[in-house]
Amino acid sequence: YRPSRRSSSQQKNLEGYVGFANLPNQVYRKSVKRGFEFTLMVVGESGLGKSTLINSLFLTDLYSPEYPGPSHRIKKTVQVEQSKVLVKEGGVQLLLTIVDTPGFGDAVDNSNCWQPVIDYIDNKFEDYLNAESRVNRRQMPDNRVQCCLYFIAPSGHGLKPLDIEFMKRLHEKVNIIPLIAKADTMTPEECQQFKRQIMREIQEHKIKIYEFPETDDEEEMKFIRKIKDRLPLAVVGSNTIIEVNGKRVRGRQYPWGVAEVENSEHCDFTILRNMLIRTHMQDLKDVTNNVHYENYRSRKLAAVTYNGVDNNKNKGQLTKSPLAQMEEERRDHVTKMKKMEQEMEQVFEMKVKEKLLKLRDSEAELQRRHEQMKKNLEAQHRELEEKRRQHEDERANWEAQQRIVEQQKLDLSRTLEKNKKKKIF
Amino acid sequence: MASSDVARQLDKNIRPLNLAGHVGFDSLPDQLVNKSICQGFCFNILCIGETGIGKSTLMDTLFNTNFENFESSHFEPQVKLRAQTYDLQESNVRLRLTVVNTVGFGDQMNKQESYQPVVDYIDRQFESYLQEELKIKRSLHNYHDSRVHACLYFISPSGHSLKSLDLVTMKKLDSKVNIIPVIAKADTISKSELHKFKIKIMSELVSNGVQIYQFPIDDETVAKVNTSMNGHLPFAVVGSTEEVMLGTKMVKARQYPWGIVQVENESHCDFMKLREMLICVNMEDLREQTHTRHYELYRRCKLEEMGFKDTDPECKPVSLQETYEAKRQEFLLELQRREDEMRQMFVQRVKEKEAELKEAERELQSRFEQLKRLHADEKATLEDKKKALEDDQVSFSKRRAAAQLLQGQSLTANGKKDKDRKNDDMTN
Repeated sequence: YRPSRRSSSQQKNLEGYVGFANLPNQVYRKSVKRGFEFTLMVVGESGLGKSTLINSLFLTDLYSPEYPGPSHRIKKTVQVEQSKVLVKEGGVQLLLTIVDTPGFGDAVDNSNCWQPVIDYIDNKFEDYLNAESRVNRRQMPDNRVQCCLYFIAPSGHGLKPLDIEFMKRLHEKVNIIPLIAKADTMTPEECQQFKRQIMREIQEHKIKIYEFPETDDEEEMKFIRKIKDRLPLAVVGSNTIIEVNGKRVRGRQYPWGVAEVENSEHCDFTILRNMLIRTHMQDLKDVTNNVHYENYRSRKLAAVTYNGVDNNKNKGQLTKSPLAQMEEERRDHVTKMKKMEQEMEQVFEMKVKEKLLKLRDSEAELQRRHEQMKKNLEAQHRELEEKRRQHEDERANWEAQQRIVEQQKLDLSRTLEKNKKKKIF
Repeated sequence: MASSDVARQLDKNIRPLNLAGHVGFDSLPDQLVNKSICQGFCFNILCIGETGIGKSTLMDTLFNTNFENFESSHFEPQVKLRAQTYDLQESNVRLRLTVVNTVGFGDQMNKQESYQPVVDYIDRQFESYLQEELKIKRSLHNYHDSRVHACLYFISPSGHSLKSLDLVTMKKLDSKVNIIPVIAKADTISKSELHKFKIKIMSELVSNGVQIYQFPIDDETVAKVNTSMNGHLPFAVVGSTEEVMLGTKMVKARQYPWGIVQVENESHCDFMKLREMLICVNMEDLREQTHTRHYELYRRCKLEEMGFKDTDPECKPVSLQETYEAKRQEFLLELQRREDEMRQMFVQRVKEKEAELKEAERELQSRFEQLKRLHADEKATLEDKKKALEDDQVSFSKRRAAAQLLQGQSLTANGKKDKDRKNDDMTN
């Protein structure tokens, strides 16, 4: 891994001693003080020599009369049992957890026998996730399974369906190192063929077993390539020490000879031990932490975050934290509401305008009618006035005439009276 | 990730086991070291001090190189921070060093807010890391850690005591960053003054409750040297990138008429001690303290602010999932509530507007009712007038008719009279 290159960092040369070349020593010192942890899981049918191999790897007796291991009775269901031991070597303390799975593959019907294993691994991830997500983080014990040794029975033919099924289900949860157990039951040629067949099947089923990381070191890479050629490693374990050629070695005594555990021509045990313990233990932890755990975590958090939200549109957006995601959803919601508000506002305005228009129209209509009626009335008024005037004129004229006639009559009668009077005399 | 000390877990039914030979996991520290060398290291230093106090010179001297230095004026309106990142390599160790300098610190007339930009910068780096840590898909092992690992606080060589700006600033920073106070330009203080100055400074820090960084004494390998160095705090330093010929060697020094101050001479100043402590011995511890103490404190406060708790109201522990789900529920409810509120508001407005319009309609209606009444009144008046006219006309016609009749009668009577008269006249 390389830290991501931030823009604008310049190379500078040192013109003398500074002292940060001492950093690795400081790291070394602190790590020794802190101590180390490692969790190793072994999976395989009974009788494949799992416990013996562990004892051989760690040159100890993990299971003893005081601390009995998983019983050799065939169990009804698969158990997952852990033993924690503290070992010290050269000033370095290691808290080693061995997780055993007695009963695996032993039943008549083994469908789902991997489930307890998966559950165990997930539980440990869950514990770690909760511990690292607490507000108050103090102790974060790391019980995550960092390596799974999967024991393949030395049938000589190929993988069993159970083997394939198990590895397919677990290769994205844990570093799987498949091992051919009891390798001393095969000749080197048989072993070679068996190995090739297994690797073919692993590739065919797209199973991702643990891969050694690339390094810049040419020497190292050469070495790693040699190991890759010998995968899967064929191992032999033993609890007994035998004398061979004056040397005391771990081995299995046969009438025809001794199969030595640590003899690289007899089996790949040494390779396994060196790789697992002496060179790649740290990398196994890192891959568990940076890949398997992160996968678990992101899946878990994505499920929580996107609960109820359309999943397809969010596939590419997993770079946020659940809270940031909620923030974004809140912002989206605000935008959506604004839009909705705008639309509703528009509809509202439109309806109001409509209504007002109607109101105005009816007002205009009524006004018009009122004007009409007023005009009408005024016309009638004028007509009436005219008529009245005419009538008044007519009457006035007639009355005037009448007065004249009356006057004439009066005059006449006066004259007549006068004449009458005259006549009388 | 912080993991607990292995030794602490001894109580939980863990048994010690003896190995019958060399297994080889004593290479674990080497495996770890190799990985970290491969990855490279990163270190971030923050230098706080007044303009011209020698921050850049000291950095150049410490790291034996020439960093980009900008001369700043005394007239900066407010304190700013300038960060530069450099890639250095010493033997096979690569270091990405970020040097952050304050610009304009102590220059303003009102220095009350001087510390704020510094606090903000430190918090921003914590926030950045926290955000990465909280992401769903994150890559912490690749992350360029920009959190401040060490803060060199430059004290003016007044010889008397700390300035109040110093105390205020350091108090604000002591829970956020590892503070290493240094006395700058120590070549202007005499030895006896320096001794008194150091004592005064340390006692002022203690009496004001300022927590400065203490070199760790829990690891036996370095406990002795660290304890001794803790007693020399604060370090009195002199920086110089200029070299002076001394005897047969060129040494970093400052040349005065009365002598040559050698930077790397331990009897002249504490520069070597600073380099030893800061870089050679405790660099990793500074990084660790930043991560496990200062950052955790920031994170805890931030999460509590956001409403996260480790236990629910009934004091039962809650898992992360429960917390997130609860938050999400709350969140969805809030969104729903807002939506409902808005709709409600609209319904209200519609109702009000409808009432308004109805009112307007009614008003219009009544106005026209009124006009109609007015109109009807006028019409009635008109009708009355018409009636009156008609009556007048009728009575007039009657009058006229009567008059005519009368006239006709009188005419005939008069005619008779006239005739009679005429007859009379004639007969006479």
